[in-house]
Formats: sequence, C-alpha cells, structure tokens
Amino acid sequence: MAEPILEAGALTMRFGGLTAVDAVSFTAMRGDITAIIGPNGAGKTTMFNCITGFYRPTGGALRLFRDGTPVDLHRLPGHRIARAGVARTFQNIRLFPGMTALENLLVAQHVTLMAATGFGIGALLGAPGYRRAEKAAIAKARHWLEATGLVDRADDPAAALPYGQQRRLEIARAMCTDPLLLCLDEPAAGLNPRESEELSALLRSIRDGGCSLLLIEHDMGVVMRISDRVVVLDHGRKIADGTPAEVRADARVIAAYLGEGDEE
Amino acid sequence: MSSATAAASAAQRPSAGAAALKDAVLTALIALGLFAPIVGLRTDVSPTGGLMLRQRWGDVAILVGLAFAGRLALLAWRAMRDGPKPASAGRAAALRKAGAFVTPVMLVLAVALPFVPGTGRYELDLGILVLTYVMLGWGLNIVVGLAGLLDLGYVAFYAVGAYAYALLATTFGLSFWICLPLAGILAAFWGVLLGFPVLRLRGDYLAIVTLAFGEIIRIVLTNWVSLTNGPNGITSIPRPTFFGLTFSAGGGPGSFADFFGIEPSPTHRVVFLYYLILALALLTNWVSIRLRRQPLGRAWEALREDEIACRALGINVTTTKLTAFALGAMFAGFAGSFFATRQGFISPESFTFIESAIILAIVVLGGMGSQIGIAIAALVMIGGFEVFRDLDEYRMLVFGGAMVLIMVARPRGLVGSRTPTVALGERKTIGAEHVAEGRG
Repeated sequence: MAEPILEAGALTMRFGGLTAVDAVSFTAMRGDITAIIGPNGAGKTTMFNCITGFYRPTGGALRLFRDGTPVDLHRLPGHRIARAGVARTFQNIRLFPGMTALENLLVAQHVTLMAATGFGIGALLGAPGYRRAEKAAIAKARHWLEATGLVDRADDPAAALPYGQQRRLEIARAMCTDPLLLCLDEPAAGLNPRESEELSALLRSIRDGGCSLLLIEHDMGVVMRISDRVVVLDHGRKIADGTPAEVRADARVIAAYLGEGDEE
Repeated sequence: MSSATAAASAAQRPSAGAAALKDAVLTALIALGLFAPIVGLRTDVSPTGGLMLRQRWGDVAILVGLAFAGRLALLAWRAMRDGPKPASAGRAAALRKAGAFVTPVMLVLAVALPFVPGTGRYELDLGILVLTYVMLGWGLNIVVGLAGLLDLGYVAFYAVGAYAYALLATTFGLSFWICLPLAGILAAFWGVLLGFPVLRLRGDYLAIVTLAFGEIIRIVLTNWVSLTNGPNGITSIPRPTFFGLTFSAGGGPGSFADFFGIEPSPTHRVVFLYYLILALALLTNWVSIRLRRQPLGRAWEALREDEIACRALGINVTTTKLTAFALGAMFAGFAGSFFATRQGFISPESFTFIESAIILAIVVLGGMGSQIGIAIAALVMIGGFEVFRDLDEYRMLVFGGAMVLIMVARPRGLVGSRTPTVALGERKTIGAEHVAEGRG
C-alpha cells in the first residue's frame, strides 16, 4: 500500500506579509492515518483549509490521487473539492444545529440525492427513481449512525446532543460524502479519556474501511496511538516527517514542540 | 398592587424589595434629568412679542412619577414571572394538540368561505386580500424562512409579475393563463439577476442591497413613462376568463352566466378570483412543503444553519441560494399577475417599501419556516387591519402594540419550532431555541 493519496508540493499560503505555510511538501499514503502536529500557530489549520478548499494556496500544488489519476485540488472551487473526495470536520464543531442527526447526514449526501431528483421536478412529483435514491441515502445514514453509536439519537436535533456525540456526528456526516480522504481538525479536543479511546477505535475502523485519514491533533496520546505517519510543522515549515517513534525521537521536534528535552 | 407584590418578593429575598425600590428611584432620577430640560422648560412667544421661558414643573412631576411607578411594576412583574414556570410545558403540549386541528379547519374554512351565509362582496374581497398576502408570505418564506436570506425588496418581484401581466396582456392581448407562467418566469429571472451580485453578502448587507433593489424597480417603473406609463399606471388590464368564458356583468353570449344558464351576477367574478388566489396560494404551499422534504429544501435549511459546513459537504452554495431567490420571486410574480388582473389597474404606488415590510413582518410574526404560522399571521395582520378600521387614527397604534405583544410573548414567531423533514422513528418537533435564524 505505498500508493499516495494526497501530495502537497511546496505548498505556500501567505496572508499579506505573514507566511502561514511556507513551502511545505509531504505525501500522505493511501490507507494511512497521517497526523499533522505542531505548536499553536504552526500553520496546521491554514494548511488544512488549503487542502479542503477554504483557502486558495498562494503557491505550490495539492494533488489528490483518485484511482491513480491526480486531481489538482488547488485549482478547484471550494464545493468541488468535497465532490472530488475530500471531507472535513471542524475544530469548533459545525453541525446544522436545528436539524436532526439524520437530516445532517442526508444533507451530506446532497450531491448524490440531487442528481436523482431530475432538477427537482422528479422529486417534486414523487418519481420512483428519487424515492429509491432517498431510501439508499437513509440506509447509508443509518449505517454511519450505527458506526458512531448515535442511532438512538437519530431524530434529535444536533444542538441537543452532548459534545462528544456532536463530534462523532460530525465525523459521520463527513463520511456520508463517501470521501477518499477524511480530514479531521482536532477531533479529540474536549473529549474525556474514555471518549478519545472510542474515537481512536472509530478512526481506526474508518481507515480499515478503506478511507485515508489526515488529522490535526494536540492530544499526543491519540496521535501516537493511531497515526501511521506524523508530519510536524513549526512556524509554517515542516521540521519532521516519519513514524510516530521517529518523530518522538527527533531532537528538533522535542526542541520546538514538546519543550526543551522535556519528554511527557 | 405593585407594592404588595414587591413586599411579597421581599419576604422571600430580603434585599429584593429594597433593590427594586432603589432601581425605581434611579429610573425616576434619569427621567427627571431627561424631562426637566425637554418638558420642564419651554420657550414661547410672550404677549409682548418677545421670547419667554415657560416652566412646566407639574408635567415633569407627573412624567417622573409615571417612570417610577412603571419601573416598579415592571420589576414586580418580573419577580412574579420567575416563580411559576413548569406550567408552560403542559401548555405547550396542549397547544401542539390544538395545532394539529388548526390546519384542516382553516383549509375547510378557506374553501367554504364563499358559501358561508352572510358572506358578501366585502368579506370575499377581504378574503382575496388576505390570501394574496398569505401567498406572498409563503413565497418569501422560501427565501427568508428556509434559506435564511433576509430579503427586504421582495415587493420588486411582485411588481415585476404585475407589470409583466399588465404589459403582455394590454400590448399583445395574451390571455391571463398564458401570462401567468410568463410573469412567474420573468420574476424568477429578476430574482436570479438580483441574486448574482448579492451572493457574497450576508445579513445586514444583503438586507440593504435587496432594499435598494426594491426601490430601483419601483423608481424605474415610475420613470420609464414610454413603457409603463409612469405614475399614471396601466389601466384597463383584461380580467381573467374561466376557460374562455368571461365574467361580464351584463351576461351576454360567451359569458360564464350565459354558458351555465344562471342569472348574471358580479359576485361570480369575485368568487372566481377568490378560488383562483386560493389555488395559487395552495400551489405555493404544496411546492414549498414538498421541496422542504427534498435535497434542495434540506440544502436551503442547511444553508440557513451553517453555510461553511455546507461548502465542506460539496453543496454548491451559489446555485442553492439562487434557486431560493428564483423560486421565491416566481411565486411573487404569480401573485403580482393575480393582483394586476384583480385590480384592472396598477401603478408604482402599489409596490412601495411598506409592502415588502408587511410581507416580511408576516413571515417573522408567523415564525420563519412555518407554513401555518405565516397563514395565521397574514390573517391577523391583513384581516385585523381591516377589522380595526373603525378605530381610525388609533388603528396603527393598536396594530403596532399587537405586533410588539406577539414578539414579546413569542420571540420566534407564532410557530417557531421546526418539524424534521425525515425520521427513522417518530418525528419530534425541534424547539425554536435550536433552530438558526440565518445570517443571510
């Protein structure tokens, strides 16, 4: 499984005079969990926003390998990136609070469902093709609700769910877009140890289901436990890249990130 | 009375009464500071022709006293309200149970209205007026209630529909039934045209631009005299026909009364117009209810809840917003051409900002996104306005007070809750506190 899924080549993002991401190159492999770590302000979220289409990179290239053929992510408009197969979650959860968990998951399947509606007319008149598509969409939503242990809360508004469940619902919602690459922005933030253990298991099962993962995380326990590879950023530059064990032993990482010689 | 409740609350919390008194004294002091120069001192022309200063300390004392008593009463009311709370849960359940009957009852009433004894020309005309606003409310609800885009210039599309029918019918002699879809399409086209430049704007900024758009349309209609006849408006707009049968007052060959062999009566046309607008309004309702349960409608609501998350899920925000604008505008266009054919005369005067404001008020009072709430709000606003006609100049006061009362009692509109569009088990109503209002 040495095939790449995402390749960043000299990715640069400038905001005026500030260079948030400075010529970062890395490759995420298919079927891997790749973690991006770094101290606050290292440019992790900026890079994430470039990959998921919220920022257009100032320079460099981002390629997603879809069945071996590269797709230039840095040229696509925002919503097209999700359609190309990159899904994301947000650091501060962004669910549709007034909609139920199930509705949240159906909105995620908008593109597939919309294609089945025949410009809305077929669905308006209740065409059988649309009904079949909707049934399939609900089945998929149910699958992910079960996978995230939320099936009992399917008909509750997202805003009424407790924090940990909202995190899981957001992951389920991202998975409903059938992504090739799932990008998670601090998924373990604010979770208690038991919840983050459950999260690790969930992420591993998603990886085993064939989806590659890219995550930003501060919780070193989670990072070291589940990542196959770790990319370390500091001040917008990549300072290390390797397996968790290699990164943990890297002197520059220890200096920049974990503190001067202070192993946790 | 207020002192009694203040004393009662003081018994529970020793300092509450004193605090309330202190608060009221402070209010009175502020009132004194304000009213002393504004009311207390008044410049007047003296009998000798010079300027003199008249002092009205009595009036100031009355006003300050009112402020003091008012503040005390307000605090007492708040203290009382804090006490019994759990009763509202039972009341909400009862309300929901009653709510299930409201829709069918109102629908039956609307359909049967022309045959209810005692319904005359006036009641039918009022019914038509109310239904027109119900339809406009439902149309705007797509834009404001579902997609969460604050549109203050909705009347522009109503105007486009009305002028489209008036001009097409008077210039080319096209019938109402051909013009109706054309007017809708034209209005939708203008909706898209407005939508494109304002897509990036959100919230207040969007509201201002749509407001300006509404004014542009009205001013163009006023000034493009060669096309629209300017402020004089367009007269003798053809009346609609019933499958080619006219509703002429005198009967005669080819008329509705002649064909069915009944006595010609001017009521026929009014009844026909009533059912026409009822059908158009129900069409609007049907389309919005159906669409809400489908990907497009769900995407609108998702857009209202969180636009950024929508983009991350691959939803094309641009086209989704445009469809909301276009569909909302289309229904306004239908309503506009109905308005033109009913009045037989239109002028830019009918499409002022106040119309947009009334329609928006209906949507907000009814509860954004709720079909039945909007229908009730339209009935209360338009119907109520007519019912209180006898109050003359106090009508606006009563009306404004009623609106404030509704918003105080139910800040999210009459029906602020939301019904899920799909459910695995039982559909549970989502409380207004969870539903987003939309940021444009």
